[in-house]
Amino acid sequence: MKRVISGNEAASLAVKLSRVQVISAYPITPQTTIAEKLSELCGSGELDAKFVKVESEHSAMATLIGASSTGVRTFTATSAQGLALMHELLFWASGARLPIVLVDVNRAMAAPWTIWCDQTDSLAQRDTGFLQFYCWSNQEILDSVICAFKIAEKLLLPCMVCYDGFYISHTHEAVEIPEQSDVDKFLPPRDAEYRLDTKDPRTFSGGTLPANFMEIRYKLQKAFEKAPDVINTTYGEFDKLFGRSYSAVEPYYTDDAEAVLLASGSAASTAFHAIRKMRQSGIKAGLLRLRQFRPFPEKELLSYLKPNIKYGVLDRDLSPGTGGVIAQEIRAILNRNNVRIDINEFIAGLGGRDITVDNVTEILLKVRDDKGDKLQINWVGLKN
Amino acid sequence: MDRELLNDNDFLRDSGFCGHTACPGCGEKILLRHVLDVLGPETVIAAPAGCAAVTDGIFPHTVSPVPFLHTAFGAVASGAAGVRAGLDMSGRENVTVLAWAGDGATFDIGLGPLSAIAERNENIIYVCYDNEAYMNTGVQRSSATPSGSWTTTTPSGRLKSEPKKNIDLIMASHKIPYVATASPAFLDDLKMKVAKAKRLTGFRFLRLFSPCPPGWKSDPADSITLARLAVESNIFPLFEIEDGERWSLSYESSGVPVARYLKTQGRFRYLSDDDMARIQRETDRDYNRLKSLHQYNGYQKIVVEEQ
Repeated sequence: MKRVISGNEAASLAVKLSRVQVISAYPITPQTTIAEKLSELCGSGELDAKFVKVESEHSAMATLIGASSTGVRTFTATSAQGLALMHELLFWASGARLPIVLVDVNRAMAAPWTIWCDQTDSLAQRDTGFLQFYCWSNQEILDSVICAFKIAEKLLLPCMVCYDGFYISHTHEAVEIPEQSDVDKFLPPRDAEYRLDTKDPRTFSGGTLPANFMEIRYKLQKAFEKAPDVINTTYGEFDKLFGRSYSAVEPYYTDDAEAVLLASGSAASTAFHAIRKMRQSGIKAGLLRLRQFRPFPEKELLSYLKPNIKYGVLDRDLSPGTGGVIAQEIRAILNRNNVRIDINEFIAGLGGRDITVDNVTEILLKVRDDKGDKLQINWVGLKN
Repeated sequence: MDRELLNDNDFLRDSGFCGHTACPGCGEKILLRHVLDVLGPETVIAAPAGCAAVTDGIFPHTVSPVPFLHTAFGAVASGAAGVRAGLDMSGRENVTVLAWAGDGATFDIGLGPLSAIAERNENIIYVCYDNEAYMNTGVQRSSATPSGSWTTTTPSGRLKSEPKKNIDLIMASHKIPYVATASPAFLDDLKMKVAKAKRLTGFRFLRLFSPCPPGWKSDPADSITLARLAVESNIFPLFEIEDGERWSLSYESSGVPVARYLKTQGRFRYLSDDDMARIQRETDRDYNRLKSLHQYNGYQKIVVEEQ
């Protein structure tokens, strides 16, 4: 059945379809309508879950760490300051290997105060051990949240599904809502191998000495290395049942392109529209949409990045002192694999500044006509 | 009735609770053993950073006879609420959730979440083993440290001048079913209070006096003696508050001078006679206030056993 719903409603319905058992969340714009919708679904009995109404995001994640340790399926949603407040416990969730699913509705970090979109909040959590996915449509949000539970529970890794505040969270689109029975086939109840159980008492996350800690971290890294296969298998199963396919990186018009833009989230959909228009006027532009940030899709990106094509990376984020986070990560994989491709770095859309079709066109023309001015960080639409 | 309940639970007698790494004379392990003895095997512990977390054992060792979830420092209250939610959602409503935290985690870094789970009346027993400072990190002042006490962050010349935070009153203000204090020197009273807490549902808060020889600079052999003196001198009165309304003193103390208690511990060695007189006045004032709130509500008065 198709319904016209907002991005946040798509996330909420995915949580319901995934039969989540414990939810904990704290209000923060632009995430709040997820917490509201889930409260409503729990209140009406449509979703048989306990919603723990906490006093902070730190407590929301702490609550889910406790709940997930008992073996149940758990979910939270947040944005910006809330995600930053959870920071300590994001490490805890991955270190304890708990398959918690978190939706981050991307919002810029204060100060100064802003409720508007950029992706610095979730990208800044890149070292916490969460899988990270970025969506560009409401359908993709619904599908990604359902897939996230399956992936997280297979890998015993927590998972973050991210999408742009307001641009996606509050925009209404037609979304195909799957049947509960089909989702049940795809996503059976969680079967936790270890859980807090009085019949089999164990101690969880206790003190470790240098003799053990590194091996525990090594196993975490190994789980991330195993993730691409698990993710692809999950997408395959999802495609079979629901007829929609996903991958870590999606190429559009890249085969014969002279200039390709790497982008994620709503900026990628604006870029997609801009590139189609550019193609109509004979400009050979292309798009690589980054859907997955952790694990960073090294293999997939390397298969698309070609030395004869010029690339621009659009970062709707800023790591002060370095520049764009995604550009930095792409340079790292190019270096590691001895691939010589120069990339141009563009910082755009911080704090909800619109990234327009004109911006994207301008960026791609600059990339195409680049004469080797690579080290410079390009700020898009910066006022004097 | 309470005594009958106590006699049914002695599962720790067999397991021995051996191998923990707590210091000689530590109050916390004595308290945990007796609390678990009453609560029984159908219990899950959540504990934050602190002495209890470290002394349970370092991976792969653990002495806990029941499932034990370590949490981040300021996260034990919310973590316990999550355990409760998860157990309830998986058909295990009968399992007791025990949050087990020191005074730093309770009075300071975890106070916000503690207040939140109390306000939500979560079905949890929260125990604060109160050793009146950050002992695991090496004796730094907390808001549970009494005035006049030496710690490494309140050295001589800058002794803590502020009074200890009244956490019991804060908790009672949430109108939770049960708040109580208890001491390892009065084990019958302690075990009856744990048994009473176990019978109740909703949020139950117990603050237990937990002597700390290295932090208090006291003789490990004196832990129980000074715990008894703390009660007898009214420094640590034993009482209950039900539904935030009904206060009852559990024990009528003999009112020994506070100086006798203070002189058992090196942490109070910098106090002058004037300081001790001031502490005596403040203790009398607080105890009289407590007595005025006291209502005898049928709770069995404890019998002090001679040692």
